Formats: sequence, C-alpha cells, structure tokens
Amino acid sequence: MDVRSVTDALGIQRESEDRAPQSSARVLGWLSLGLGVAALAAQPSVSRLCGVDDSPAARTVLRLAGARELGTAAALLIPRRARWGMWARVAGDAVDLAACAMAMRDRRGDRRQRLTYATLAVAGIAAVDLHTAVRATRGARRTTGDRVRASVTVNRSVEDTYRFWHDFENLPRFMYHLESVRMDGDGRSHWTARAPAGQTVDWEAELVDDRPNELIMWRSVAGGGLPNSGCVRFVPAGGGRATEVRVELGFTAPGGRFGARIAKLFGENPHQQICDDLRRFKQVIETGEITRSDGSPDGTSLRQQMMQRPAQPLATR
Amino acid sequence: MKANCWVAPDNVAVQDVPDPRIINPRDAVVRVTSSAICGSDLHLLQGYVPAMRKGDILGHEFMGEIVELGNGVRDGLRVGDRVVVAFPIACGNCTSCERGLHSLCENSNPNAAVAELAMGHSPAGIFGYSHLLGGYAGGQAQYARVPYADVGALKIEDDLPDEKVLFLSDVLPTGYMAAEMCDIERGDVVAVWGAGPVGYFSAVSAFLLGAERVIVIDRFPYRLRLARERAGAETINYEDTDVMDALREMTAGRGPDACIDAVGMEGHHASAALHAYDKTKQAVKAETDRPHALREAVLSCRNGGTISAVGAYTGFIDKFPMGSFMNRSLTMRSGQAHVQRYMRPLLDRIRKGEIDPSAIITHTMRLDDAPRGYDIFKNKREDCVKVVLKP
Ligand SMILES: [Zn+2]
Ligand SMILES: [Zn+2]
Repeated sequence: MDVRSVTDALGIQRESEDRAPQSSARVLGWLSLGLGVAALAAQPSVSRLCGVDDSPAARTVLRLAGARELGTAAALLIPRRARWGMWARVAGDAVDLAACAMAMRDRRGDRRQRLTYATLAVAGIAAVDLHTAVRATRGARRTTGDRVRASVTVNRSVEDTYRFWHDFENLPRFMYHLESVRMDGDGRSHWTARAPAGQTVDWEAELVDDRPNELIMWRSVAGGGLPNSGCVRFVPAGGGRATEVRVELGFTAPGGRFGARIAKLFGENPHQQICDDLRRFKQVIETGEITRSDGSPDGTSLRQQMMQRPAQPLATR
Repeated sequence: MKANCWVAPDNVAVQDVPDPRIINPRDAVVRVTSSAICGSDLHLLQGYVPAMRKGDILGHEFMGEIVELGNGVRDGLRVGDRVVVAFPIACGNCTSCERGLHSLCENSNPNAAVAELAMGHSPAGIFGYSHLLGGYAGGQAQYARVPYADVGALKIEDDLPDEKVLFLSDVLPTGYMAAEMCDIERGDVVAVWGAGPVGYFSAVSAFLLGAERVIVIDRFPYRLRLARERAGAETINYEDTDVMDALREMTAGRGPDACIDAVGMEGHHASAALHAYDKTKQAVKAETDRPHALREAVLSCRNGGTISAVGAYTGFIDKFPMGSFMNRSLTMRSGQAHVQRYMRPLLDRIRKGEIDPSAIITHTMRLDDAPRGYDIFKNKREDCVKVVLKP
C-alpha cells in the first residue's frame, strides 16, 4: 500500500491526509462568513428573502444565526485542519431547519413559498455539511495498512544512536506497547508486548541484517504470536553531530484476527503510536528520561492529550 | 499544600492540592519562597490562551529552596540550596538547548503534537502555562516540581534578597533579550512600547547595552513615571499624544533605530474605534491577537531599523504593515526569553549594582491573596506594577 507521507517539525513522518474534505471545509467556511455577514449587515433583505419578515422574533433568530455563522467560519478557516468545526456547522444546520419548520406553521401564500425555498436551500447545505463532516473526521481515524514508517532527528552521533537501538532491551523504555525484550544471543531475541486486560503477546525475532552505524533489520520467527518485521536506518545529519532515525515496521500476515491483534496493541492508529514512541526515544537518548508533566504524567502520548488531568501534582502514583 | 489555581476565565482561587514529588531523575522539588504574577498570566486569566483546564496551578516566575532532589541531577545542586527557576523548561541536551535557544527545547513539551497543530512547531514547555505548553503545574504554590533542575534552577550563593533575584526567572531576561535583539550601537535611540515590568527592564537593558536615548510608550502615568525616574527614559503617553508624530519629532524625522514591542496580544489603542474593531474580531475568533503596538512599531521605526518583539502573541494577527516592513528593509526578531542563557550573566550585573530589579515591586502579599493580586494587576489599580506572592 502506498502511504503518502509528510514530515513534521521533529522530522517525524506522518501520513498525509485526504485533502478533499479539508478543501470543502474551507469553502464552507467562506460560505459561513458570507452568510454571517449578510445576516448581520443586510438583515431586512435577508428576512424578506426567507419569507419571515413579518415577525420581530424572526429578526432576532436571524441575527443569532448570523453571529453563529461567523463563529463557524472562524472554526473552519483558522485551524489548519477543519475537523470538529464541521460538526458545529451540522449542528447549526439542524437548528436552522428546526427554526424553518416552526416558521412554516403560520406562514401562508407568497411568504410560505419563499420560506419553502429557503428551507430547501438549508436542507441542501445540511446534506453537504454532513457529508464533509463525516469525511473530515473519519480521516482522523484512518489506519495505515500493514507498513508504518516514521522518523525523528536526535542530537546524538550515529554511533551512540546505533548502539542504543542495537540493544533491543532498551526499546521498552520508550515503546509503551512493549513489556520486555530479552536478547538471547546469536541475533535472537524474545519480545513480550502488552495487550489489554493484563494479557501479553510473545514472539521470537531474529536479526536479518545488521550494518553497524547504518541499519538494523529484524523479523519475527515463523510460528510466533505476532508476525512482524522492522528496519531502522541511521543517517548522519547536522554535520554528523545529529542522526536521522528512520523506522519502518511491517505486519505481513493477512488481516482478520491478526489485524485485530495489531489494533489491540497499537490502538486504532499504529502510525500515531510509532510517532509517540519516537518522540519518547528522542527524550530518552538525549536527556536520559521521559518528559513528564503534571497534566501528562505518563509522558508523550497523543491519545491521552484529549483527556488530560489538571496541571496539579498527583496525590498517589 | 496551597496553590493558586485557574478556575474559569477571570477566576482564580487558592486551593488545597497534593504536594509535588520527584517523578524523574533530574527533578527537584522547591519550597517556594517568592512567586510573582506576570503580565502573561493575564492572557491565561482572561482565557486568550487555549487549553487551560480547571484546577491548573498558575505561575512561572518563582524561586525557593530545594527540599528534594532526584538522583540524576547534575551540576552540584544540593538540598537546602536557594535557587531561581527559569520559566521555560529546557533539557539542556537537544539541538535547540545546545544553541542557547532554551525556550525552544525539543524535549520539554509532552504535548508537542497539540502545539504543532496550532503553531507548526512546538516551543518548550512552560510552568503553569496551559496544556498547549506542557500541562506543568506552576509556581504560585507552596512547593513546585522543577524538571531538568540542573538546567533550569540557578543557585544563588550570596545573601541577595529574593526581591533582587526573583525576576531572573522571567521579566529581567525577557527585557534584556528584547534589548539585545536590537543590536544596539552606541548612540542609538530605542523606543519601547509598554512600561510594564518587561518594558521597564528593556529600557534599563537598552541603556546598559549602549543606547543614548530610550523612549517608553504607555498610557498609565504611574508606569511612565517609573520608566522616567528609575530607568532614565523619556516617555510618551499615547492617550494624549500621537505616538508616530511624537517619535518623528523626538528623532528629527528619522525614527527610532530600534523598536521593542513589550505589549503583545492584549494591546490597547488610543482610537476607541480601532480598539473596538480588533476586540470584536478577537471575540468572534476571527483574529486571536491585537497587535496595535507591533503595527505602530513597524511604521515608526527608522529605515533599515530593527523590531524586537517579546510581548506575548499566541495565534494570528491582522493588518500587519508588510509593505512598510519590506520596502524599508526592517528586521524583526522575536522570541520567548531563553532565560537559562541569561541568568548567570544578569546575576553578575545585579551583584555589581548595574541593575536593581526590586525597583518594579509595588505589592507584596500572601499567597492566599493571589486573587486580589490578579485583580489589582489586571485592572491597574493601586498603581500596581508587580505583585510578589509569599507562600
Ligand atoms: Zn512571564
Ligand atoms: Zn532541550
């Protein structure tokens, strides 16, 4: 599978996103801005056009809707990716449709006709919004298939970085899904990974290729619990004082039960997990520790960031 | 322990919270002896910085006594040492730290991915400064955990009182760096927007670095008086004088050689209409920051001069005078202070009597009175310039 990727601030590669929902979100953002400005600035003409110019309450509703459109425009146009902002638009559409339905009850004749057209227009916009919102937020949870790539730049020499990684027993320090790795000699190693509910998954791995200060490649031995392979390359950067670490992990067995197992270990987005792993790898090899704050006591983990604790010391750990 | 916590926009409260402990080998726990309220805390107070959470402990300017040390702390810190703590948290090992850009430490923000979404790249973590910048508990508390203490905590060996050294943690290095970024040459005229603590230290530092004249711009007479009487600056009150006209007049038409923006995103404008326009845009989130001072600095600066921006901005600004900036070969430099690299040299200047940081303290109160401290500082009541809290 071809994973389109981009590289972020720390040189960590991320898969790039399907851009279509983002660009339609921006178009909708500009539409919101236009509607908001129109509703606020030309409120009498707009209310006539919608067929609700006979009620003072409708004027207030229209003004509120205008203000809301401005807010929505900001939510869609300011962030780099409009995701949850789209759902604000959908919610707004629902409110508008409800307002139209209420207004419809006591409008007659010409006015009712204009109101019907306005309602149909809102319904059309709502359908487009819903479609865009679903696509924009689904993109966030997309998994990457059976190969995951990520990279990071660390401020250590290629020799130091290679040596640290070559000792696989170091990996569980920053790869949170691993419980332990035991080196058995002869290029063989025994890996234990954490699975939910206190379960573990074990497998044996062997070195496939090992070029000092350049590359380490390994794969699991047939018959293990989790067929996988990995490759990490070390490339000098910053005049040789720093090292680009480029990791590629592969899960080669066919999907089904196996795919579910990967999801259990790595969460819904294995790529995100690897990016977090590499950020922690950078912290460990550069500073000797994982950076922990009071809001993120377990260190870097994108998943936790949505539900952080207040920045206060923990009572017990 | 007691700590001053953010509760909701415009609402802080002193609460009982758990004591901090060592959780990483290079941590120290400090018993806070003095902690200050900083102008940038006001941006948090009013909710302009996203990602605050109910219960977050505030405060990033503090000092105290080490009561506990992790076993990985290097550089000879001992339990019982008096230390001043730098507000940016920096590891000392990454490329940015090695370059002396400590406020850009690549390892100290565990929430870097979120900051990247908002800013493209993440800066360092900061004590008590929202979850966007790490979610660290701040120092307006009886105790504070200091990560990477061997890089961020400076030992004070002599008996200089807290009042003289506390501001090494933030406003003094920030003001000094603002002046340093101006590349001042002997005889230069430097204009400073903002006569708060950072503006004051920018003015003092500009003189130390060779400026001939410093002109400070603000709207509060008592702050301008401080700049005149203690820093030796000339002053402009923008509420009754047109700043650009005055600067042109004072420099015989050429404009200041360097302009320092020590105001940031919550600037005011003498024109009520323009101020209302920006406030409205900010309220509907069509613009996050109000850059009046920055615009005026660009338009006032002499051809080929330097703009040094240290006032806090968080997001996007509008109507930046790019035409003036480009056509007149201006240079702009900016940044959160790389405090760690300035602490020791500035401590030496304090020892020699070249700077007296205590000049800005107008209020000293108990930690319990923090909400009142925020109130008078925010509303510029009781001629408040700087509040120091004593836990
Ligand atoms: Zn500050
Ligand atoms: Zn660093």
